[in-house]
Amino acid sequence: MEASLDQFILAAAIFVPLIASGCFFLGLGSRRGLAYLAFGVPFFASFWTLFRFEGVEIAENGYRFVIEWENTGLQQLGIALRLGLNGISLPLFALAGVVGFAAGWQALHSEMVQSRACLGLLAMMQAGLMGTFASVDVFFFYFAHELALIPTFVLIGLHGGRDRRGAAIEMTIYLTLGALLSLSGLVALYVSSGLESFDLASLSEHLKTVPLSEGLQTWIFPMLLFGFGILVSLFPFHTWAPRGYQAAPTPIAMLHAGVLKKFGLYGLIQVAAPLLPAGKAEAFDVLVWLALGNVVLVGFVAMAQTELKRLIGYSSVMHMGYCFLGIAVGSTMGLSAAVLLMTAHGLSVALWFLLERYLRDRAGTSEMSRMGGFAAKTPVLACFFVAVVMAVIGLPGFANFWGEFGVFLSLANHEDMSVALVLALLGILFSTIFGLRAIAKILFGTPSEALQLRDKETPIHDLEPSERLPAILLLGALLWIGIWPRSVSDNIDQEVLRKFPDQVVTKNLESN
Amino acid sequence: MNDFKLYAEANDWGLLVPEISLAFGALLLLCREALRKQGRESGGGLAFLLQGGLLVYFVARYLFFDPRPDSAGESAFNGMIQQSFPADVMRCFFLGCAFLTSLFANPGLRERRLPQAEFHALVSLAAASMMLLVQSNHFLMLFVSLETVAVCFYVLVSYHRGSPYSLEAGLKYLVFGALSSAILLFGIALLYGTAASWSGGTAPSDPLSFTMLEQFVAANSDSLAVRAGTAFVLAGLAFKLGAAPFQAWVPDVYQGAPTAVTAYLAVASKSAGFVVLFNLVTGPLFGLREFLIPLLSLVAIITILFGNLGALTQTNVKRLMGFSGVAHAGYLLVGIIAAIGMHPDVPEKSVFWAIVFYLLSYSLASYGVFGVMGVLAPTEDADQPRSLYSSLAQKQPFLAFTLAVGLGSLAGIPPLAGFIGKLLLFVVAFQAELYGLLAVMVMGVVIAIYYYFAWIRETVFPPLPSLDSSDKEPQVLWSPQFPSLLLACILGLLTLTTILLGFYQSSLGQSF
Repeated sequence: MEASLDQFILAAAIFVPLIASGCFFLGLGSRRGLAYLAFGVPFFASFWTLFRFEGVEIAENGYRFVIEWENTGLQQLGIALRLGLNGISLPLFALAGVVGFAAGWQALHSEMVQSRACLGLLAMMQAGLMGTFASVDVFFFYFAHELALIPTFVLIGLHGGRDRRGAAIEMTIYLTLGALLSLSGLVALYVSSGLESFDLASLSEHLKTVPLSEGLQTWIFPMLLFGFGILVSLFPFHTWAPRGYQAAPTPIAMLHAGVLKKFGLYGLIQVAAPLLPAGKAEAFDVLVWLALGNVVLVGFVAMAQTELKRLIGYSSVMHMGYCFLGIAVGSTMGLSAAVLLMTAHGLSVALWFLLERYLRDRAGTSEMSRMGGFAAKTPVLACFFVAVVMAVIGLPGFANFWGEFGVFLSLANHEDMSVALVLALLGILFSTIFGLRAIAKILFGTPSEALQLRDKETPIHDLEPSERLPAILLLGALLWIGIWPRSVSDNIDQEVLRKFPDQVVTKNLESN
Repeated sequence: MNDFKLYAEANDWGLLVPEISLAFGALLLLCREALRKQGRESGGGLAFLLQGGLLVYFVARYLFFDPRPDSAGESAFNGMIQQSFPADVMRCFFLGCAFLTSLFANPGLRERRLPQAEFHALVSLAAASMMLLVQSNHFLMLFVSLETVAVCFYVLVSYHRGSPYSLEAGLKYLVFGALSSAILLFGIALLYGTAASWSGGTAPSDPLSFTMLEQFVAANSDSLAVRAGTAFVLAGLAFKLGAAPFQAWVPDVYQGAPTAVTAYLAVASKSAGFVVLFNLVTGPLFGLREFLIPLLSLVAIITILFGNLGALTQTNVKRLMGFSGVAHAGYLLVGIIAAIGMHPDVPEKSVFWAIVFYLLSYSLASYGVFGVMGVLAPTEDADQPRSLYSSLAQKQPFLAFTLAVGLGSLAGIPPLAGFIGKLLLFVVAFQAELYGLLAVMVMGVVIAIYYYFAWIRETVFPPLPSLDSSDKEPQVLWSPQFPSLLLACILGLLTLTTILLGFYQSSLGQSF
């Protein structure tokens, strides 16, 4: 196969950060140069693939930019390095590039730049993220995810804030359990398909003609559901997330909450749901109730938070519930909306964590009661903050709106999901309450005494240009999708239609 | 006498040149030691030379002369010895282990003014007999070489004569070992007696030979005596593996033995046991599969749970490695069970390679960890609390990195070799449909994450400064020294191999 420029760029998005990470550890090259390479190349690649996607040749299985490298050393097991993008992975690949660039930029302008090891781990994470969403091979899909996950633990342990050691170990145990469960599920799928190949495209072709027996499906699907679910903080396995994010350094929180966490949902959409339809139908009730637990119960918990970083963590857990609902409904609308919401949520939560960092730099704390009056002192920061809260609530004009709206529509279209719809709509109310309350406490009112004292010592200044750049980037992406959603959703719809040609969900909430 | 004449005339000695030269070298060392003048230092250079040289010989033979011996192997000494490519790989493996053990032990021996030549001679002898053990195709051969290994280890374990821990460990190992040898011998005698005095049908002419016993056992799988004999043989082997119910000696002996010997015991002795077990259950005892699968499954479950739960509460890292060694034996037993219960259309060879790969990754990681432990060991080798490793990353980044990679690989974290090892075991366990065992294994791996990471955390993540100032404990001013250059190179090589094998398995992977 002749390597074209497109394929080269796709591969570079993964391997350049990986090599840069090695150079960081070995002490070769300058910090800044390597960092620009490690985060700039994926950033460029994400735009390149977005704009070229329509133009390039499409393979039979719906993938584009396909690269195959057979000789992995495990080819006997049917493992090969297969890279490519389809309509579902394209927005997430681009998301990883954009959020990665913002997070890398933030790391370069924070104390993390002091340590080469930290930057190296961050670059490794970036490589893993790009690889996760560009993998067509189920093994490498998992492998790349772990490549991104391990640095997360280490970076939280090394550079986190208060409570980092406890948070790091709790997160490690939870996420390793989730990863192992999903690995067992994937291996079970591989073994029982009898195809002796980890190639997702040929697996789905094969299982379309020879589906697994219902007994096997009801066995494997829950393994994948709970394995992936733990990784996405599905209720009641979500407690690691707020604690971990609170302890995590900002770039890590942005990358993990924004991008890496989407791995589980992505796995459900790309692997579990299309390959195991009967298993999914069987687990439908459980999935819907747990997702509603995410929205409603965690929503209540989020409203009670007094610390901004924890609030963001809980709000991110809460919004995962909508994605699960979209997947559970399983209609074209629901699935596409879930993918769109994943992208939108990734951008908004990364932006929110970024702004929290800026606020914390100025106030010296993340406690909302010890802030106040930022609107007068830092108008630009305040504008960004209001914008991101609007996005999180899901107001039209931001990408989140289309995602949440789509999920609600799909719930409404589904017969007998009215209870779920009402409960899910409550979530909007919750996010409005905690969002607006955060705005009121942080931006308006009189500054707290501690803040006034601090202001006297070192006057609080508005955002520097170097601080604005990543924020503008993320907000721009949110607005772009919010105003012109079809630029992303058309591709998603096409792929979802291809993957789920006649999705009929037979079971529902009221039937048992 | 006729048999003896046959052996003498067969002239197969050439096949055993490595073992013979190793044993001869060891004897030569001992002779020189006996004639050594007072005051001259005893050295083990010859042992190093032989171990290293033979390793090179094997690798060179594989690479240049006999690259792919796919043949059934060569039978020698009237069927006592069965040579094959897998056995050759294991011979290499034991040579490598012996080389590393001698190398790691040397600084400690010199420091404690213990005779070196004797130590290296014993290590070489143990290696030679383990090499014979994996080729044995006859119960007599098996028992004699097993006993030679055991006798060498009795001495090696109590080699630190000044340390009460070491002496206690030696005594425990001796008592347990003697008991288990007796049980094993009893089992062999039962099998022999039943087979030789069989009245119904044709009794095998040499009931100790694996090949002949195979048919007999298959034909008489219901006989109580055969089953009892098998159970006793397995019990005797379980001692070598550190598997339940003969695992109680492991933590104490691992803690008391000199660190390098612990590594040798944990890696080489255990591997030898597993290869023998594999040969037995897929060879002479295969006819008893209906009986073996439930029996071994029970053993594996207890072993995994005992090892992991026991390790949870350990603060002495040498004991921790002992318990975790038990857990790893449990995982490997799952592989052995998979070999028995494998679907007929999957070649059992692939299971063997899965086990070998696991052993290889385990040995690389273990030698890395034990190597670092040996460097950091205080004068009393057995006394190694976890707090000894506190903030090692700040004092000796290289050692901390080696330790972290080793522990990560033992925990089975991608992208390290240990992960691929676990993955392969998962795959074969799925293929053999051992779902219950898999669940236990996943549970064990998750528990293991906790204690391995607690150790990594102690090593890598610095304790928070605020906590340090609050408890007024005097900071222990302890600075670990850097190992000698050779040792550092070897440790680096082990670490590098662990990482590389995680990414690319090369021709190793093609054997599956």
